[in-house]
Amino acid sequence: MLNRFMQSRLRGLMILALILIILPAFLGNPFHYELVTQMAIIAATVVGLNLLVGFAGQISLGHAGFFGLGAYFSGIATGTYGWPSVPALLVGAILVALIAWIVGRPILRLKGHYLSMATLAVGFIIAIILNNERALTGGPDGMPVPAFEVFGWELSAFGRYSLFGLEIEGFQAWYIFASVVLLVAVWFALNLIESPIGRALRSVHGSEVAASVVGVNTAKYKSLVFVISAIYASLMGGLYAHFQGFITPAVASFEFSILFITMVVLGGMGSTFGVILGAVVLKLLPQVLADFQELETVMFGLILMLTMIFMPKGLLPTLTAIVSKRMRKKAGGEA
Amino acid sequence: MFKTMMRRAGKCAAVAAAGLMMMSAQAAEPIKIGSFLSVTGPASFLGDPELKTLEMYVEKINEEGGVLGRQLELIHYDDVGNASSARNFASRLVRSDRVDIIVGGSTTGATMAAVPLIEQAQVPFISLAGAVVITTPVKKWVFKTPQSDRMAAERILSDMKDRGITKIGLISGTDGFGSSGRTQTLEVAEKMGMEVLADVTYSGSDTDMTAQLTNIRNTNGVEAVLNFGFGQGPAIVTRNYAQLGMNLPFYQSHGVASDGFLELAGSSAEGLRLPASPLLVPDSLPEDDPQKAVVQNYKSEYEARWDSKVSTFGAYAYDGLMLAVRAIEEAGSTDPEAVREALENIKGYVGVTGEFNMSPDDHNGLDPDSFRILEVQNGEWKLID
Amino acid sequence: MLAEFLQYLFTGITIGATYALIALGFTLIYNASHVINFAQGEFLMIGGMATVSLTAMGVPMVFAVVLAIILAGVLGIALQRLAIAPAKQADVVTLIIITIGASIFIRGIAQVVWGKEYHVMQNFSTDQPIQVFGAVLNSQSLWVLGIGAVMVVALVLFFTKTLIGKAILATSMNKEAARLVGIRTQMVLMLAFMVSALLGSVAGIVVAPITFTSYDIGIILGLKGFVAAAIGGLGSGVGAVVGGLALGIVEAMAAGYISSDYKDAVAFSMILLVLFFMPRGLFGAKVVERV
Repeated sequence: MLNRFMQSRLRGLMILALILIILPAFLGNPFHYELVTQMAIIAATVVGLNLLVGFAGQISLGHAGFFGLGAYFSGIATGTYGWPSVPALLVGAILVALIAWIVGRPILRLKGHYLSMATLAVGFIIAIILNNERALTGGPDGMPVPAFEVFGWELSAFGRYSLFGLEIEGFQAWYIFASVVLLVAVWFALNLIESPIGRALRSVHGSEVAASVVGVNTAKYKSLVFVISAIYASLMGGLYAHFQGFITPAVASFEFSILFITMVVLGGMGSTFGVILGAVVLKLLPQVLADFQELETVMFGLILMLTMIFMPKGLLPTLTAIVSKRMRKKAGGEA
Repeated sequence: MFKTMMRRAGKCAAVAAAGLMMMSAQAAEPIKIGSFLSVTGPASFLGDPELKTLEMYVEKINEEGGVLGRQLELIHYDDVGNASSARNFASRLVRSDRVDIIVGGSTTGATMAAVPLIEQAQVPFISLAGAVVITTPVKKWVFKTPQSDRMAAERILSDMKDRGITKIGLISGTDGFGSSGRTQTLEVAEKMGMEVLADVTYSGSDTDMTAQLTNIRNTNGVEAVLNFGFGQGPAIVTRNYAQLGMNLPFYQSHGVASDGFLELAGSSAEGLRLPASPLLVPDSLPEDDPQKAVVQNYKSEYEARWDSKVSTFGAYAYDGLMLAVRAIEEAGSTDPEAVREALENIKGYVGVTGEFNMSPDDHNGLDPDSFRILEVQNGEWKLID
Repeated sequence: MLAEFLQYLFTGITIGATYALIALGFTLIYNASHVINFAQGEFLMIGGMATVSLTAMGVPMVFAVVLAIILAGVLGIALQRLAIAPAKQADVVTLIIITIGASIFIRGIAQVVWGKEYHVMQNFSTDQPIQVFGAVLNSQSLWVLGIGAVMVVALVLFFTKTLIGKAILATSMNKEAARLVGIRTQMVLMLAFMVSALLGSVAGIVVAPITFTSYDIGIILGLKGFVAAAIGGLGSGVGAVVGGLALGIVEAMAAGYISSDYKDAVAFSMILLVLFFMPRGLFGAKVVERV
């Protein structure tokens, strides 16, 4: 019993790892690596957001605020004050967690659209501060961020490294690093979902009233998952800043928040692997649609609309439902 | 079970990979000119004329036989005014499309986001954005065609000084252009011994700036007002300024140097001054001005081709493309280092924006005099200085 | 002092009236379907842009306005029929994402058809501002306020006196029950979208002389309208108006007295404060969660 349970949880993780291992065979040039690396970082962020949206059922329209805070904290701490990258990343995450905890308590009492509104306001306030504190953040024109560095060892997308005697390029090293980060992020999320906390969360999603009646401290759990998803965003924001080498307040913008939530909904709310697919699709679309030029925006809107109309549960849940239905049919036919 | 799953995963991966492959361009016979511009989004009034200019002159150059006997191929992407996408498209240009030179970057944010990557990749890059940070300090591979915002501030403030004004009120946009212009204005004012008594801002999407202007109006001692911003914001500022009945001398920046601005601001714009390239007043230039012919040609060709008014921003792209072509011709090849060196040594190129004299310590090559001071009189631009 | 304060107040009312008009559109659709229609801003844009482009083609202003409003109404129906209705069992969040997709799509089309330039629309009456105790007021602001007031009254009458309005309210309260008493709920939803689109386009036309108009004007104004509706309490017409005016006045006062850099941040902090003490906005209905 326990064995099977472990299996089901690990199967998805194994498949994801396998895809990440095979993928480089199909990546033609450094740009492709960069794109996939970004996808992995963004995907890890939405895996965190999905804990809040998909499992606790709370909509955040301001998550880019936490992402941006993490990015800027890393950028400023390492760039302006010369901190090493890892402490900057961790202190940034602790700070963001604290902020999320402080604002989370009052706003998580809100319901539905009012909660969305409050998260939107928090996100906006963060973006406005980043935009206006020019002395610290460089203002709207942004700031450069130094390469990621661990114990004096620099991870630059432009460097060359040797790994276990294998010569690899900087962009490949980043790809490996981001893949590992994504796997860890997913592993942690899956464990959380299956833990007692996760079960409590899902009960909150189902019906908050019912949950509190049977004795679940809904406020505590909502607040906890809000903080966890903010930590995800902060850490990934920091990595994103190091990887990009340059950040502007756009990383904390409302548009970016909307993009995150769209990834979650498009990929499939509540499906950890679904939201990864959502991130991949939405990162890939602008690149694929770039050739449509003038019609790029039209196409993007149309695809988003049609997907959501015909797959309201999201890409992955819908696709798996179709696949399993076919399989069952096939199995039935053979029998 | 596992096998079918693997087969499916393999199929998916293959499809995804095919998608990625399609993105890389084909073999490299023509000279590849890469560009990432803000063709849509909040900065589209920059990117749109820039792209139109690049498209029409690449076409024209190709009809006339190309450069070094090779055709030009323009590869361009729309960064929607977003710095992260600008960086990604720059990466695609240098790493996937493998372009020979980049002419692009409508906004300072987009340009600066792409700079670290382009410096590493060692591809010559001519930016079309204004802020002084792009070429100061000098970056080996980065050039730019617009005058810097610092020059604009210098030109405006010295014109004020000539009129005996030393105390000003400043209103600027919180976007990159306005924000950087504000910083430069404050610095230049201090250097020139002028005082900025009021310093207010508005965000790009604001629909009414009366409150900010009232603030300036109620500040004692303000002798003139300067608005540093671009987009529709300055037009709203101008209209609010007139509605409030403020009649201190009013200055705008080069960010609104286009006929479109006059249409939006209407009669409210009467009497305001701004620094601009001579493109807005081609016929008022004296006959012996070396820029006259270039400016007139660009204006008439652009307006004939696109049936829309020419703008200063398109001219940045014109100069960028022509500088690139000239550098490639002088280098005799598309070898990046040779092209870069040729670019750095271009002297006396007379463009629409001004006369460019590049050097290893100056990757912009313009001087503040390339800005002319224009005034709006009877609804038209008038050359003052 | 007084002149200064009055000036900020007038500015705030001008901006706020714009937000209020947009917020009304949100309210209507929210009432009927509990969906936040993120494409609401696009109706506004359609109203302004269609009027401007039609007048540029030589159509007299009045016809241009009527045609623009009709166009928006058709679009509202299309949005409900083609995008919202087919997604039947979708979550509210999914519906919101659909409206986001729709807004991107509509904006994309507008950009291709009408281009990216900003356009001017003339004031309805004089260009001369009105002087009151040393403060000035744009005459167009009075138009915005007046039309806003007319629309609020019309909406109230619509919901309390007409059968369709009552049907919309009934549907919003309980879809199943409404269907049982013979209300065609899909039809009602379609009407709600249409009326909301009409409201949006009217807003877009009256505010265009103040804000200018362009293909992307709907993004930020739509967002501010949503904010105003939420402060007022989603679903409340009075709330939408009060919320809009409050938001505008806070923005203008903050820009004048506190810091123009942080005026939007002040406005958003106000929202948090309001929601902190009144979790359903100023005028939001108390809804008991069904278990």
